[in-house]
Amino acid sequence: MKVTTYIPPQPGDFEFTPENIEKAKSYIARYPEGRQASAVLWLLYLAQEQNDGWLSVPAIEYVAQFLNMAPIRVHEVVSFYTMFKRRPVGRYQIQVCRTTSCWLRGSDEITKACMEEAGVSRFEEVSADGFFSVIEVECLGACCNAPVFQVSNEHYYEDLTPESAKAVMKALRNGEAPQPGSQTGRISSEPEGGLTTLTTLQETT
Amino acid sequence: MPKITINGREIEVPAGVNVLQACEMAGIEIPRFCYHDRLSVAGNCRMCLVEMERAPKPIASCAMPVGEGMVIHTDTPAVQKARNGVMEFLLINHPLDCPICDQGGECDLQDQAMAYGYDRSRFEENKRAVSEKYMGPLIKTIMTRCIQCTRCVRFATEIAGVEDIGMVNRGENAEITTLERAIDSELSGNLVDICPVGALTSAPYAFVARPWELRKTMSVDVMDAVGSNIRVDARGREVLRVLPRLHEDINEEWISDKTRHVRDGLSRQRLDRPYLRIDGKLRPVSWEEALTAVAERLRGLPGERMAAIAGDLCDAESMLALKDFMTGLGSPNLECRQDGSKVGGMGAPRSEYLFNTTIAGIEQADAILLIGTNPRWEAAMVNARIRKRFWQTGLPVGVIGPNVDLTYRTLWLGDGPEALHALARGEGDFAETLRKAKRPMLILGSGVAARPDGQALVALARSIAETFGMAGPDAPEGWNGYNLLNRVASRVGGLDLGFVPGEGGRDLEGILSGAERGEIDLVWLLGADEIDMSRLGEAFVVYQGHHGDAGAHRADIILPGAAYTEKNGTYVNLEGRVQLGRLSVFPPGEAREDWTILRALSEIVGQPLPYDNLGEVRQKLIEANPIFGRLDEVRPAAWEAFGVAGDTVPVPFALPVNNFYMTDPISRASPTMAECTELFVMPKLAMTGTEG
Repeated sequence: MKVTTYIPPQPGDFEFTPENIEKAKSYIARYPEGRQASAVLWLLYLAQEQNDGWLSVPAIEYVAQFLNMAPIRVHEVVSFYTMFKRRPVGRYQIQVCRTTSCWLRGSDEITKACMEEAGVSRFEEVSADGFFSVIEVECLGACCNAPVFQVSNEHYYEDLTPESAKAVMKALRNGEAPQPGSQTGRISSEPEGGLTTLTTLQETT
Repeated sequence: MPKITINGREIEVPAGVNVLQACEMAGIEIPRFCYHDRLSVAGNCRMCLVEMERAPKPIASCAMPVGEGMVIHTDTPAVQKARNGVMEFLLINHPLDCPICDQGGECDLQDQAMAYGYDRSRFEENKRAVSEKYMGPLIKTIMTRCIQCTRCVRFATEIAGVEDIGMVNRGENAEITTLERAIDSELSGNLVDICPVGALTSAPYAFVARPWELRKTMSVDVMDAVGSNIRVDARGREVLRVLPRLHEDINEEWISDKTRHVRDGLSRQRLDRPYLRIDGKLRPVSWEEALTAVAERLRGLPGERMAAIAGDLCDAESMLALKDFMTGLGSPNLECRQDGSKVGGMGAPRSEYLFNTTIAGIEQADAILLIGTNPRWEAAMVNARIRKRFWQTGLPVGVIGPNVDLTYRTLWLGDGPEALHALARGEGDFAETLRKAKRPMLILGSGVAARPDGQALVALARSIAETFGMAGPDAPEGWNGYNLLNRVASRVGGLDLGFVPGEGGRDLEGILSGAERGEIDLVWLLGADEIDMSRLGEAFVVYQGHHGDAGAHRADIILPGAAYTEKNGTYVNLEGRVQLGRLSVFPPGEAREDWTILRALSEIVGQPLPYDNLGEVRQKLIEANPIFGRLDEVRPAAWEAFGVAGDTVPVPFALPVNNFYMTDPISRASPTMAECTELFVMPKLAMTGTEG
């Protein structure tokens, strides 16, 4: 049986940095007077960024107060969108795509490899060194290059094998910036093993 | 007026209604869960699907406005199949725990599953379960039963004005929650009524009774002066619950938590037999002994040495009987205003003490001035109506007096008479707002009228009403925006009856100081518990009432009466609307209906009251004031002079109610109300010490 849960109230405090207050005000200014609540997504992103990639309850309530919204309304928004994290995350969140194309191409192995490399036993657990947390996500829209993972809502690493997945993570841990995109060297979603069509330029008459 | 065709019948419906409402008008029932007439449309349960010609698929009738020439079918196989399908999906995650569910027997889901669902399930996976949520002492949650209709979210946001409930997560994980906070609203009990399933049920009523076991009595509430229409459900000799009854002009279909949950106070602290104080101790006696003892005390006592005070929950019949009884003994010392208010004395015009605009009339107002009142706690249904108007139009509301959270935006103008004077002089932005308003109204708190300078403040409020065209010659035709917010159920009835000091009679202060000085030998308390008992001095106190509260503690003799659910009584609400409360259960033990006690005593005293049954009492009521002959009707009161202009004391207004949950003997005896007090009121009192 599945039992749903939600995050219980947590202690702690949150406040925007002075720079972020300025940013937040500029976001709010994009909406008409009396419609400040429209800026809630912008402010939540800002708060998440400032709070090491996740939104604590104090951060959520701070945003609610900032926008003069009822806290529950902001909780609703945060819990609806998967991009908002309500538990602490690693510095790099490995988001492994598990939808059909990636799954057929072995996303299960990729997930396993990533968890091994991070040294965690379940999703959303933060690795001991604080670098990684692994989750599975639904289709990232890069089916041509399956299997794929995304790092912290940002770069895509494609055409993964368990080995190359681990290699990317090692590089991240070492503070390097691994090249996003295909890890087999192909350019974007060209066919594997070189072009099969349009191999020559034909002059039009 | 668009014309639409429903199931081959053409009907004309008002513009702006939706297809579901149009079907209702055509007499066709459309099943629904999320749709509710008084809430915004969500359209998420999909139970109201109907077929519309030229639409590719069934439409949700609650979310589709009618258009000219629409052709709707509600009885086709496709519609039946759609309902079947929706029902099956709704039941996928709904537990089969109807036998242990408090909603059983009055559950929308149960009824509609019977009417529109399949008779078996094809679902073989695991069901989901949702953990229970905490919503305070009045609401029990079993969230696995929730079908995510979001009625409760919309009710809390729109009607109650407390944004505490929301739906978090999404998809299969979606759930209703309050984030473990109790819902701090005096309307929270209504969440139980609007929940179409057994997810939110009444906590004090949990596992108490099944709906088909209950005897239902249509009655009215006396917890405040609004006179909410209620249905009293009883089994055997006990009232088990109180539910709202539809009355568009008063409470719509809501009631306050006090009205709903006070019922457990009805079976506690009851006076169920007569008591007589012998050697300083109250001892049980028989009716005969008790009445003889009173008669002996009364023998030879001159009228001016006795007095009667009527309490807050009295019905008009008992007040009439007491008035006739006292008058017969030659006493003019009658008082029904326990708070010391001077409003509504002998010969006062009705417009002085009524809520002249009427509750439904609030929906025409375009500016409101609240003076020294917290309508949220003094008359919750009035506040709900103001909130409704605010929700519709965002009308400006000015507040003079303590600045409390009223669930809508208010403009605070000051805390005492100075602000009122400034407004009368036309100073400030709010004066401009009132001047521009077409139908402005003011609501004067009963606490203001009860101040020592009450008459001067009433006169000041009256002049404001005339200056800004709320009432009087400058007001729009048929509009009277001057309102006194009475907060006790017996007040308007008492004033209409003239239960006030007669020629040369003493008012409340006169009675109390008279008793203190030994000029009053006998005080009759008819359910009066709110006065300062220590000031009754050496007077012999007869307490006639139903609860062992302050009055009974001081009493020398106790005559047990009936509570509002135990007698057929007439009550006049703050608008001046006469309504009948009906007997649901008999009074406990030897307690009797109040007017009959007085009738019996009058026989012994030798001054028999001229009525022997309820019909004759009511006839006398109508003779005393013809208003009692017009049930459930509000007659506009003539705008006449009242109030006495004079100096006001520059002391801030104080609120008369500092604990919504405990205002009368019944609610003080109720454990549920005690729990609410501890949870909702105590923290606020601790915070500032002045919260009202």
